[in-house]
Amino acid sequence: MAAPTPISRKPLSFVLPTAGGIGAFLGLFLGTGNGSGLIGMLLGAAVIAAMAYGFIVDLQNEKLAKWISVIGFGIVGYMFGGIILTIVAGLVGMFYHWLIYWLYEGRYRAKLLPYLTAGQVLWHYGFRCIAALIFIFLITPILVIIPLSFNAQDFFTYTPGMLRLDPDAYSLKHYQDFFTNNEWQRSLKNSLTIAPIATVISVSLGTLAAVGLSQSHMPFKGTIMAILISPMIVPLIISATGMFFFYSQLGQFMENSLGMDKNLVGYIKVILAHAVLGIPFVIITVTATLVGFDQSLTRAAANMGANPMTTFFRIQMPLILPGVISGGLFAFITSFDEVVVVLFIGSAGQKTLPWQMFTGLREQISPTILAVATILVVVSIGLLTVVELLRRRSERLRGMSPA
Amino acid sequence: MSDSTANGLVLAADGTPLKRSLSRAMRRQKMRAFMLVAPLLIFVLLTFIYPIGVMLSRSVQNDIVPETLPETVRVLGAWDASIGELPNEAVYAAFMRDMSVAIEAKRHTRLGSRLNYEKTGFSSMFRQSGRKMKKLDPITDAPFKDKLIKIHKGWGDVETWKTLQTYSGLYTSGYFLNAVDARMTPEGMAWQPEDKQILLKLFGRTLVMSLIITGSCILLGYPIAWLLANVSPRNANLLLILVLLPFWTSLLVRTSAWKVMLQQNGVINEVLVWIGLVPDGDRLILINNEFGTIVAMTHILLPFMILPMYSVMQTIPPVYLRAAKSMGATNWTAFWRVYFPQSIPGIGAGSILVFILSIGYYITPEIVGGTKGVFISNRIAYHISSSLNWGLAAALGTILLIVVLALYWAYDRIVGIDNVKLG
Repeated sequence: MAAPTPISRKPLSFVLPTAGGIGAFLGLFLGTGNGSGLIGMLLGAAVIAAMAYGFIVDLQNEKLAKWISVIGFGIVGYMFGGIILTIVAGLVGMFYHWLIYWLYEGRYRAKLLPYLTAGQVLWHYGFRCIAALIFIFLITPILVIIPLSFNAQDFFTYTPGMLRLDPDAYSLKHYQDFFTNNEWQRSLKNSLTIAPIATVISVSLGTLAAVGLSQSHMPFKGTIMAILISPMIVPLIISATGMFFFYSQLGQFMENSLGMDKNLVGYIKVILAHAVLGIPFVIITVTATLVGFDQSLTRAAANMGANPMTTFFRIQMPLILPGVISGGLFAFITSFDEVVVVLFIGSAGQKTLPWQMFTGLREQISPTILAVATILVVVSIGLLTVVELLRRRSERLRGMSPA
Repeated sequence: MSDSTANGLVLAADGTPLKRSLSRAMRRQKMRAFMLVAPLLIFVLLTFIYPIGVMLSRSVQNDIVPETLPETVRVLGAWDASIGELPNEAVYAAFMRDMSVAIEAKRHTRLGSRLNYEKTGFSSMFRQSGRKMKKLDPITDAPFKDKLIKIHKGWGDVETWKTLQTYSGLYTSGYFLNAVDARMTPEGMAWQPEDKQILLKLFGRTLVMSLIITGSCILLGYPIAWLLANVSPRNANLLLILVLLPFWTSLLVRTSAWKVMLQQNGVINEVLVWIGLVPDGDRLILINNEFGTIVAMTHILLPFMILPMYSVMQTIPPVYLRAAKSMGATNWTAFWRVYFPQSIPGIGAGSILVFILSIGYYITPEIVGGTKGVFISNRIAYHISSSLNWGLAAALGTILLIVVLALYWAYDRIVGIDNVKLG
């Protein structure tokens, strides 16, 4: 990057209107809530501009100014509402203090290229605001449910008590319900039985096939690849419909002709169906890892007397392991998260966690769903971390930049 | 060394011609590669491709009519429907014989509900007549024409026999016609009555809403992908986590989150009421309509748009933009004429991916879509599990599958299926 751009103080004629303009935003919000947006806007602009003038011209002490604005805003917040509002107002105060000095000292240019025009600088920050809004859109829904899962009441909404941060309004009862309710526990157990077995099937078959597919002499490579990827492409509802007919016949055959237990047959059906759905992910991740695999290593191993099995497990496997594991995680999450197929081919005995959540969302809306959702968010954060670490390890092994 | 030559042929160490020896080795390698793939290929073909093929064949299968009424179908074939007269006694006698077998096996009600899809009233007609025809003997009680018409006046209606004749083949295009709001009548193809024309509308809505979802994913995804590609790798990795977290979070968690956000007492309405933008008694209806489906699905599919866009934008050197500007291009021209054309492959890849995924979505529209925001897949599920009209469900599924496969083919052409990246 270029050397840091030298910064200089900006004239009041720039700082006051800009700060006032951004203050008008705040005023607009509060003003609309209390009757008139226009008056709020004017007041907001005036207050922030006055703050800027006071800090820059009279006070000339950044640290002190910070405390004044935080505490001042906090007091106003406290007069209007509870603790939450005090904290929010304090943060707003901190933001405006930072904004005033950011503008006045010209800090906003410090990290940018020196030759940018004023318009380009404005666009640079405007663009980041837009991107921030999109990130908020992406993340907020996931964060919103976490506090709600501690709701003491059976509502799907924030109660006034929760907003006051009243400890009585929070409880762990939905978690307690999840861990004690038989139906939830059974569905959790079902999910934890079906997903790992399905994963093992798709990983073992998928890895073998990926090794075969990556060899240069593979006949009909394109067609076979298309067939193996198809469970990911075909809409789930169509796969589920097809499997519905197929597995009901297969199930009848296994029960009547082979005399197998009805419950066991149910599990086999769901596990096989989920294994097929997980296969494309294993194929894609493992073939991607094999692209960077040096085939002369297997030749060298064979040259030194290793048989194909030894070569595979001692040479190839350790090197493609990251791809296999992340493919396995994808297959696991596919099965663990799958509703449509299990809804069509499973019976009540195979009710999985997503199925239970689905019926919960459609019929009896119980906040236990939110507790489950929070647990699943935590699990997915864990999975994300594992996959990310594996990706970096694999890149390091291949000698790419560790990023 | 294998350079020993006899009469001009290069020989391998064991004396066979080198050419043959090499081709045998090649064949063995091919075989070995194929053996590695074979178990999975058989597994997928057997438990995935074959079931889907069988399901699709249901959309044209009509063997229930010729199988239940074999004699009737044969005799009825000679009947000329265009005269407008009832068929003769031979048809009625054949029908009686077929029916008594079918009633014995309790198959006649299934035939009734099959024909009911084509003409309402058949189901109850078969059920009611079945009960009374049980008492008749198919040989001694002849002739049957008047007796049957007395049992149910439907058997004295020319239209009944016309419909039976139309649907007497082993295969039918009836389900596909039904799937596009038409039906097969004895006179040929005709449109369904106005009030029954819902499927074409639903197809149209599915397409339009998938396009809107794809469009909003492009609008929201492009700035994010651009930002990810243009900040330092360290920051890009941090921001990427914000994109990947929703991607890894369970679909049902995100759907329930949107239910929490959008409902009448939901977070969005509460905030809007609190800051006073919306009066308390007049809360916005955000859920159980098209809006709910679009917002929730945009959120769910956005990572699938951002990731391909990001991987394409990573490869565009930022120098190009600066070069364009140094040669006098304005900011907009530099972006529109230099950067944007290079990012189009990313937009194309992301759009097709999002469109394919959204067109077949089921769970999210089912939960947040209400009645106005559902897709064609919800209709398929309805016909499979509630109305039990499996032939129509299969026909709808076939049409949907053809659209998706065409898009998939385009995707393969533009991006190449080998280039799909995950995470």
